[in-house]
Amino acid sequence: MSSIHNQEQQWIEGHPTFGSLTDQVSELTEKKASRTWYIALAVSSSLTVVLLALIGYLVTRGIGVWGNNIPVAWAWDIVNFVFWIGIGHAGTLISAILFLLRQQWRTSINRFAEAMTIFAVICALVFPSIHVGRIWLIYWLFPLPNQMAMWPNFRSPLLWDVFAVSTYFTVSLLFWYVGLVPDLATMRDRAKTRFKKIMLGILSLGWRGGNRQWQHYEMAYLLLAGLSTPLVLSVHSVVSTDFATSVIPGWHTTIFPPYFVAGAIFSGFAMVTTLAIIVRKVFALQNIITVRHLENMCKIMLVTGLMVGYAYGVEFFIAWYSGNIYERFTFLNRAFGPYAWAYWIMISCNVLVPQLFWFKKLRTSIPVMFVAALLINLGMWFERFVIIVSSLSRDFLPGAWGYYKPSWVDVGIFAGSFGLFFTLFLLFIRFLPIIAMSEVKGILPQAQAGADSIPHQNHSGRS
Amino acid sequence: MAVENRNEGLLARYEGPAELLAAARKVADAGYHKFDCHSPFPIHGMDEAMRLKRSPLGYMVGIAAFTGAGLALLLQGWTSAIDYPLIISGKPFFSYQAFMPVTFGLAVLLGAFTAVFGMLALNRLPQFYHAVFHSDRFARVTRDAFFISIEASDPHYDREQTRTLLLATGALEVEDLTAEPQS
Repeated sequence: MSSIHNQEQQWIEGHPTFGSLTDQVSELTEKKASRTWYIALAVSSSLTVVLLALIGYLVTRGIGVWGNNIPVAWAWDIVNFVFWIGIGHAGTLISAILFLLRQQWRTSINRFAEAMTIFAVICALVFPSIHVGRIWLIYWLFPLPNQMAMWPNFRSPLLWDVFAVSTYFTVSLLFWYVGLVPDLATMRDRAKTRFKKIMLGILSLGWRGGNRQWQHYEMAYLLLAGLSTPLVLSVHSVVSTDFATSVIPGWHTTIFPPYFVAGAIFSGFAMVTTLAIIVRKVFALQNIITVRHLENMCKIMLVTGLMVGYAYGVEFFIAWYSGNIYERFTFLNRAFGPYAWAYWIMISCNVLVPQLFWFKKLRTSIPVMFVAALLINLGMWFERFVIIVSSLSRDFLPGAWGYYKPSWVDVGIFAGSFGLFFTLFLLFIRFLPIIAMSEVKGILPQAQAGADSIPHQNHSGRS
Repeated sequence: MAVENRNEGLLARYEGPAELLAAARKVADAGYHKFDCHSPFPIHGMDEAMRLKRSPLGYMVGIAAFTGAGLALLLQGWTSAIDYPLIISGKPFFSYQAFMPVTFGLAVLLGAFTAVFGMLALNRLPQFYHAVFHSDRFARVTRDAFFISIEASDPHYDREQTRTLLLATGALEVEDLTAEPQS
């Protein structure tokens, strides 16, 4: 009775039992951390210190320590914000949209993709917060009663951004925690020390795995997925309106919301793939995160990469077809002006590199997809750089043109944000289950035995 | 003075999800209400087997989301058009089109909070004391074990008869859930 499930190939390899799967995932948090982990944490937390120190320097000296100038008043700060927030989108896509589409393969990667989302949004939030300059007045962004009797301007996309991004962060965090509760209960029941028992006991809320609980739990999960799906599409759309509602040539286009969302998912999957390749190798999770999982992610990168490439093409076409000379100039300037190098990095990484994934041999090769994912990450950072900096540096009157160069503080803060991201990620993989155990158990073949709704019901009664 | 050990219910262990599902149906048919089927992951078809009603959480979230949207419109309308009207790029004070992103955001935010805290309320969580935690075996429920627990407060509960029923449904073992004596 072993080869029953040949109708649908299994996503988890090596026929694990419920118990062996629990052991494999839980042990990662229970055994002593490796030397590599300590070295990685030392490097990333040092970079985080650089970030904090440079933020301190920025706050005391003012944003003049950045390379920003007039006309390029938005530069790396906003590029980095859009870059990080975009990366977050893949986590929500995996946790929410693939859940609604009943894609079983998501269960192997959703936990750390969701963690990546939360950490990426934290990094993203750093940039607009420090970009306001006088950070001690940051509460002006929120509709709080104050002595000036003033309210925020609800007709401005910059304010929509505040609400969209903070809602996105809150909902992602709730979604992640809800998913963690049954797995925290698993860790609680395995805990050896009193401290761990108490901490995990509190965090797992007294979860009993009863179906009366699962019933509401599954409904909550479905509802959160349903709420997150339009939310994730709206967040980057709102971010894009920061640009699209202005009159700057190269920004003032209606294609921006879908173009930004596709780009966000594209860059986010590149980051998930990068992390997945490292995590599965370091923690020997090749049986749970299989090459087929990675191949699926490559396919999503191919599709979203084509959408992004199409958007680049349409932008160029409209620049010509609109007959607007400023628009036309902006696009020629992007491709052949002083920032042409950035433009062609963007085109090569975002349009050419994903074409590799047409070939099965290449999209199932770990080294190829690792390098490709890194290049896509790079290309998507340059996409935001091209959109923001090249458009601002040469707008209408040549007398107002300028050139932007980052300062060492810009570079340091950007590098520091990676430190923050990886510090949080390293702490996560050390202390929390990086695979959603209860969800993976639910897609194992032996979990289906009882269900009436499963199509292949050709068991000969096992008892 | 030592209090006598109090029986709080029974806990039966089953082989796997299929056995648990079949047993759940029989326990529900026997008229029990204060029982639960514990498993490491949710099992398809268990809600019907246990004769559970559909979770009302969807309605709660729906109401919360519309409340969030309404509150957001009130907030934006009142601050922009009544409390401190300012002319900004010639737009109307009550620009409902421009208010949509925040309206949508707050609808999702309230909906998500309700989904999570409503789920916890319906499940009566956090709850750090429960009869099933008296069993040492029960720790395996979050790993690979499948249980039915029946609480002593159920009107049909009878320690011996209930035990017989559980054994008849194919339980591998049945144990008493007994509160520890309090000093």
